[in-house]
Amino acid sequence: MKTEDWVSMLATGVEAIDPTRTARRHLLAIGGGLAGALALTGGFLRLNPALSHVVLEPMFWIREAYCASLALLGFTAVTRWARPGIRLGFVPAGIGIVVMVMWIFAATVLLRAPAQNRSHLVFGTTAAVCPFLIALVAAPLFIAFVWVLRGLAPTRLRLAGAAAGFAAGSLGALVYSLHCPELAAPFLGTWYLLGMLIPTSLGAWLGPRLLRW
Amino acid sequence: MKEERLRGLLIRGLVGDASAYHSFLSELTAHLRAFVRRRLVHLPEEVEDLVQELLLAIHNQRHTYDPAQPLTAWVQAIARYKLIDLLRRRSRTNGLHDPLDHDHDHLAAADGDAAEARYDLAKLLQQLPHRQRLPIQYVKIEGSSVADAAKRTGMSESAVKVGIHRGLKALAGRIRSIE
Repeated sequence: MKTEDWVSMLATGVEAIDPTRTARRHLLAIGGGLAGALALTGGFLRLNPALSHVVLEPMFWIREAYCASLALLGFTAVTRWARPGIRLGFVPAGIGIVVMVMWIFAATVLLRAPAQNRSHLVFGTTAAVCPFLIALVAAPLFIAFVWVLRGLAPTRLRLAGAAAGFAAGSLGALVYSLHCPELAAPFLGTWYLLGMLIPTSLGAWLGPRLLRW
Repeated sequence: MKEERLRGLLIRGLVGDASAYHSFLSELTAHLRAFVRRRLVHLPEEVEDLVQELLLAIHNQRHTYDPAQPLTAWVQAIARYKLIDLLRRRSRTNGLHDPLDHDHDHLAAADGDAAEARYDLAKLLQQLPHRQRLPIQYVKIEGSSVADAAKRTGMSESAVKVGIHRGLKALAGRIRSIE
């Protein structure tokens, strides 16, 4: 087939593109993914029964801010890597800074604590299940972000997959925190981060398979 | 630099100006061909196939273009992605490889040497389901309006539009699996 005929075929009867389409797709994905994550947390795991007085502790809000800022950065990475030729900009540095701040905070907490309390500050009572439960709660979000990317055009599939996983993991951690009783910084810097990294690795692994176009 | 002119044509195309969009694609073709030919020096028989695959990809992904973004960056990212994809497909079958060199200004070069790709649109279309094939046949090839195509197929107008959209994406998938 001649290329000029190909061009004519593509251009014939071309319809206007709705400029809000991509934004609507993102919003729909976040909405659907969040609904799934909340259903898993509220229905399957149950909300933390002490939630009503935990919200009065500053550490509760530090934990929420930690998860929310990582989720915002992860989501920014998804929206940028969904389009050809857009760079990530401040996102990797931002993630590095948030994690470093949490680690410095965690180190300070550990150094100031009596030696016999340190192990509890790191492991809490739920370290063995925390990363896996975060990954579970993140699953609907992960599916939603992969769906967003499949409707757009990522050109670096492994990195785009990892971004979808990280966005899902960190937003999933934010939702999971409504169930989780842990508030110690060393715990958050370790197990929460690990929980976010499970879907991130899964995304990097599956990206080239799921996102090809 | 043709960046500004091409960008203007694309932006008009995105709001539904078919003749501006036609000019955009046909002027872009020469640049794509120059880009591809320089990188597929050892695979000249692949050049026109890839040019057409790129045009289809650019068309299918035109909703990902942000008008605030340089057009060159967007086109080049798509072209590099598809080129690497093609070389991967080929290296899986016969181990051929072409080095990818960096080039930040491929819209500067043009190659108007028109040619034919090896695949046959009619045959590729035959492989699509009716709900995609007929809307493409009537609207994109015969030039009927969407309303007309809806009448002829008994589909709703929005189903015709969806059929065209999905059909062209499926076509890209068929082309990808030819190698």
